[in-house]
This record gives sequence, C-alpha cells and structure tokens, in this order.
Amino acid sequence: MIHEFKKVWKPYTIGLLWLMGLLWPLLGIHPDGTLSFDRTFTVWLYIAVGTSICLLLYLMNKSGSLDTIGRPLAGMRDSVSLASGKVPTWAWIILLLAVAFLYPFFTGRYAQDVATNVLIYVCLGLGLNVVVGLAGMLDLGYIAFYGVGAYTYALLNIHFGISFWICLPIAATLALTAGCLIGYPTLRMRGDYLAIVTLGFGEIVRILLNNWMSLTNGPNGILGINPPSIYIPSFENGFSLELLELKKLQYLYYVALGLAIFTIIAVRHLNYSRIGRAWESIREDETAAELMGVNTFKLKLLAYAMGALFAGLAGAFFCARMRFVSPESFTFLESAMVLSMVVLGGMASIPGIILGAAALIVLPEVFREFETYRMLVFGMSMVVMMLFRPAGLIPAKRMGSRGEEREG
Amino acid sequence: MEFFIQQLINGITLGGLYALIALGYTMVYGVIQLINFAHGEFFATGGYVGVILLSFFTGLGYMDTHPILCLAASFALTMGYCAFLAVGVEKIAYKPLRRQSRLAALLSALGMSIFLSNGLMLTQGVYDKAYPGELFQGGVNLGNITIGYLQMMIVGMTIFLLFGLNILVFKTKIGMAMRATAQDKVMSSLVSISSNRIISLTFAIGAGLAAAAGIMVGLYYGSVRYDMGFLPGIKAFAAAVLGGIGNITGAMLGGLIIGMVEIFGAGYISGQYKDVFAFIILISVLYFKPTGIMGENIDDTRV
Repeated sequence: MIHEFKKVWKPYTIGLLWLMGLLWPLLGIHPDGTLSFDRTFTVWLYIAVGTSICLLLYLMNKSGSLDTIGRPLAGMRDSVSLASGKVPTWAWIILLLAVAFLYPFFTGRYAQDVATNVLIYVCLGLGLNVVVGLAGMLDLGYIAFYGVGAYTYALLNIHFGISFWICLPIAATLALTAGCLIGYPTLRMRGDYLAIVTLGFGEIVRILLNNWMSLTNGPNGILGINPPSIYIPSFENGFSLELLELKKLQYLYYVALGLAIFTIIAVRHLNYSRIGRAWESIREDETAAELMGVNTFKLKLLAYAMGALFAGLAGAFFCARMRFVSPESFTFLESAMVLSMVVLGGMASIPGIILGAAALIVLPEVFREFETYRMLVFGMSMVVMMLFRPAGLIPAKRMGSRGEEREG
Repeated sequence: MEFFIQQLINGITLGGLYALIALGYTMVYGVIQLINFAHGEFFATGGYVGVILLSFFTGLGYMDTHPILCLAASFALTMGYCAFLAVGVEKIAYKPLRRQSRLAALLSALGMSIFLSNGLMLTQGVYDKAYPGELFQGGVNLGNITIGYLQMMIVGMTIFLLFGLNILVFKTKIGMAMRATAQDKVMSSLVSISSNRIISLTFAIGAGLAAAAGIMVGLYYGSVRYDMGFLPGIKAFAAAVLGGIGNITGAMLGGLIIGMVEIFGAGYISGQYKDVFAFIILISVLYFKPTGIMGENIDDTRV
C-alpha cells in the first residue's frame, strides 16, 4: 500500500495543482477588477477530497488491504459464475425474455419510459454495430438515418394518414435508400476521411430538416402524429374489429421490445452468416479480403445500408412514440451517443451493446437528481470507462488486433 | 463587384480563424493519429478566458489607458491557459490509451469534450457572455467597401501566428523533432527525442492557436457561449481533412477555403444553408482527391 502510494502521489499532486490553476481564472477573476480565492478553493477542495477517496479505495483494492471484504465477495462471484455457466444459454435467454415481458407489470410510468428509450437505443446501437463493429467503418453521421425514418413516418402519417405498420417498412426502405445514396460516393474513403464525410452528411441532413420549412415545418417540428394502432377483435355485437390506439406507455414498450428483438435476431443472423464473415474480414484487413475474392465495395455498401435500415425502423418508432418530431433530436451529439454505446459495450458484441445502451441511458437518469452536473459526470465517466475498459464492457470473442489501427 | 470584395475580406477573416483551429486538429492527428474532439472546447475555453481577462482589465481601468498592452496580455495569458489545459487533458485522457484501439481514444476525446463544455457551462453560466467595450470600432472606407480595424487586427494576428508556427515547425530544432516524431516515433526516440514531451508540446501549440482564435471570434461576434466550440470545431476538422489531415500547409489552405465557401455561399446562395456548403465542398473534394488537397503523406510537412 505504502509502496503503491509512493508511485502515484507525485502525478496526483501535480494533477490537483493543475486543476487549481485551471479553476482559478474561471472562478476567481471578476469583471469588476477584483480577485477572489475562497470560491475556487471550496470547489477545488470538494473535488480533491472526492478524488482522493477514489484513489485511496483504488490503491487499497490493488494492494490487497480490502481483501478481508473482497475475498468472500470474489468467492461468491466465482461460485455464482460457475453455477450460471452450467445453465444452458437458451435458459438464460428465456429468463431474460420473461423479465423483459413482465417488466411493465412491476414498474411505473417513468421506468417504462426509460426502458422504452433503452430499447430504441438498442436498435440504433445494433444497427451502428453492423457498420462500425462488423465492417469496421467509422460512421459519425449515423443519426441522419434515424431522422429519415422518423420524418418518413411523420410526413406520411400527417399528410396521408398511413398507419404505423405500413410506414415501418416504408421508413426502413427509405432509410436504406438514403444509406445507399450517401454510401455510394463516400465508401471509397477509409478511416478518418470516412468519419468526417459521414459527419458532414449527418449535418447536411439535419440542416435540411431544419430549413426546409414547406416540408418539415423547420425547427418547430411536426405535431400531432398518430401513435401505432392495432385492430383487436370485439365480440359485443357479433364479430367486429376495433381500432385500438397504442397510446399507453405499456403498449409502446411492447412494440419497442418487438422491434429490439427483431433487430437482435437480424443482426445475429447477419453476424454469423457468410456476409458477416466477409464484413469481419474487411474490418481486419481490407486488402487481404479483396484478394480473397470478397467484393469489398459492395459489402461495405451493404453494411452501411443495413445499418441505415435499422436506424430507419428505430426512427419511425421514436416518432410514433413521441408523437412529435423536430430536427433537434438528430444532432451530432446523438450520433456520438450511439457510437459510445457501441464502443463502450464492446464492438461487434451483441450483449455488450445492449448493456452499453442500458448503461448510457440509465446513467444520466440516475444523475437526474443533480440536474446541472449530470452531463459533466457523463462525460467524465465516459473517459474513465475507456481508461479502465478500453475494449468495452463485454468484448466480442471474434475480434482481431489488426484492422484500422494499423492502417493510419 | 463591391459586394464581392467585401465578401472576400469577410471570407479571409473567417477562413484565417478556421485555419487556426484546424492546425490543432491536424498537428495532433499527425503525431498520434487521434481526432481530438475536445479541440473545439479548447477554442471555446479560449474565448471565455479572453472575455474574463478583458473584463478584468476593463474593471481595473487599464483598458482605457493601455488598450494594446491589455489585449496582448490577454492573448498571451489565454493561450498559455489553454496550452496548460490541453497538456493536462492529454495526460489524463489520451496518454493511457495510446496503445489501445483508436476508437477507445476517440471516445475518450468525445467524453472529454462533453466534460469540458459542461464544465464551462457550470462555471460561467448558460447564457451568452458579452465581450467588453468598444474595442477596434470603426474601419477604413474604400469607396463602398469597409475594412474594420477589428478585421485588420484579426487577419494580422492570424498571419503572425501562422507565420510563427511555420518558422517553429520548419526552421527550429524543436520543429524538426516534432516532424521526426510524426514520421516515426520509435526511430525518433532512438535519437533521444522524448516523444511524450513532443506530444505535450503539440497539444500545447494546437490549443494555444485555438485559444487565440477563440478570443478573436469573441471579439468579432461580440459574445461567447459555452457550446460555441462545437460547430467551428467540426468545420475546422473538415478544413483539416480537406487540406489533407496531418499536413500543416493543407490545414491553412483548407481553413481558408472553408471560410471562403461559407461566406460566399451565405452571400450569394442562401444564408440559411451556409453550414451545408462547407460540407458539400468537403465531400466533393474528397470524392475526387480522397486524401485531401495537399495529400496526407508528404512526409516533410507532416506534424
């Protein structure tokens, strides 16, 4: 413990002094020409005490001082994981499905709302996973296809009254087409060039949505979109079909769950198919893949379009759930959020991405108490997570060390 | 014609500012192949520290007696502050990830960017912060064309900084060390160039330039906001890629082009879509020249 401490105290102290130096000009220099130190010092002291406690715990854990508490816990964890390893995978899946289906019966509106959000982001994350995780192309404008899907449903529903279920495939098709249109000129580029071009396209789509007043009503957005509806049989006067609008959060949750399950199955099948292997070969080494007879351009375009398709589905649902859509929902920050889910959860790992989506949606909700600080904490925890688990929470099994890193 | 010249002057002003920010992206990319998403926040921090210092000097009353001295001091202190910030950010968020996948570092940069902009919001408030006083009011009238003193100052300062950077990178020993590190980290460390120190230096210089751009943007538009780093950051990144990322001359050229395109697009086509033109030019240039205008691997200019 002492030895460990000796190694870190110097950079740690320098870091704290650095922070002090950074905070003081922001908090201590006033426009009326006065200087003050007390507020800076208070803020700094809070941060210093907090980080010191974290550091101390980390060091104690590392050096083994916490073993008296840690060892029984670790033993318990080991036995649990051993026991859970004996249960077959299908049993786990059934258990998870059961929990997901019964979830609305035990929770309130707020928890259901958060869960629906998580499910939307699971769809988005898995869609982006096809592009980033499987095919290895960095896409920073992914949210544009989400926007395309959302606006497709909004416009078709407002102007023509077309129902959600018909719009869902239409939205997916349009997003797919948009993916092909954007992908065709851009996918010749590699690595970071691709990143900035997709980012550019994402911004262009957002600005178009924002400024094309006659079509999209600009920044005011579109109001009064119908929620999804289903026909249920009714036996009151003989047999008839009754239209039921799925306004309730519970129903929407199930629709989202259905979409998410569909996406999970689809992405899993893609991943373990011939196409998925081709994508992974492109990710690991594009030149070698081409040499082995993989049509890289076509497959990259397919990956991009597939990703767009899932985003389109999620977008149509998002729009039907909010019953309102505005360009503000499709900013770069959203793209960054989805990308964070993929990388944080573990690229190309489906359970990882589900966990990542849940973590990134639930985390800010947990910190909602500290309203103003939550994004600050969110940013910091993103950095910290990357520092401690750079390969993601649940790393994929089939992932080489080559690929993009070597190219640049 | 007068409109054209007026727009040209505005375009040069804006383009120079983009070039200053783009340099930070391109230099960092050249050395560690990382898109530093927090760079836009360095720029915004520069704008804020600038307004804090200038208001402080105004409060003390020095602004009326020695305006040039105050401005110079603000520039120097702000650039120092942001360099200090950037070096720390690099040590905390990027250095431990240098051996990990590039996406991990990218995500860390994104997190840092969110953290910094929210830190600015918490310490400085959500609302716009106005730059003090009537600095550099007025201008020179040539017929119907007006060149503001402020614009002249901005262009002059930009040229001075770009020139200084060129000398630093291409004419000094430190610059040679930087170029060597960018080309081959292992080899340059064999000839006793400390790559950690060079990387810190690169971050410091990049952030210093961005901070200068931040003050100038604040002076030009009259106010700063905590989220002002985002859009200029993205456009400057586009400029860096347009010129060929990792290429210093390319970044300057790219910044100028993006600024010009934006101003002329806003002037002649549509003001609403001014942010689109920059990206359209970027995409069409990259379509024909996939590694940017100047290319990315001209080894000698890559830092």
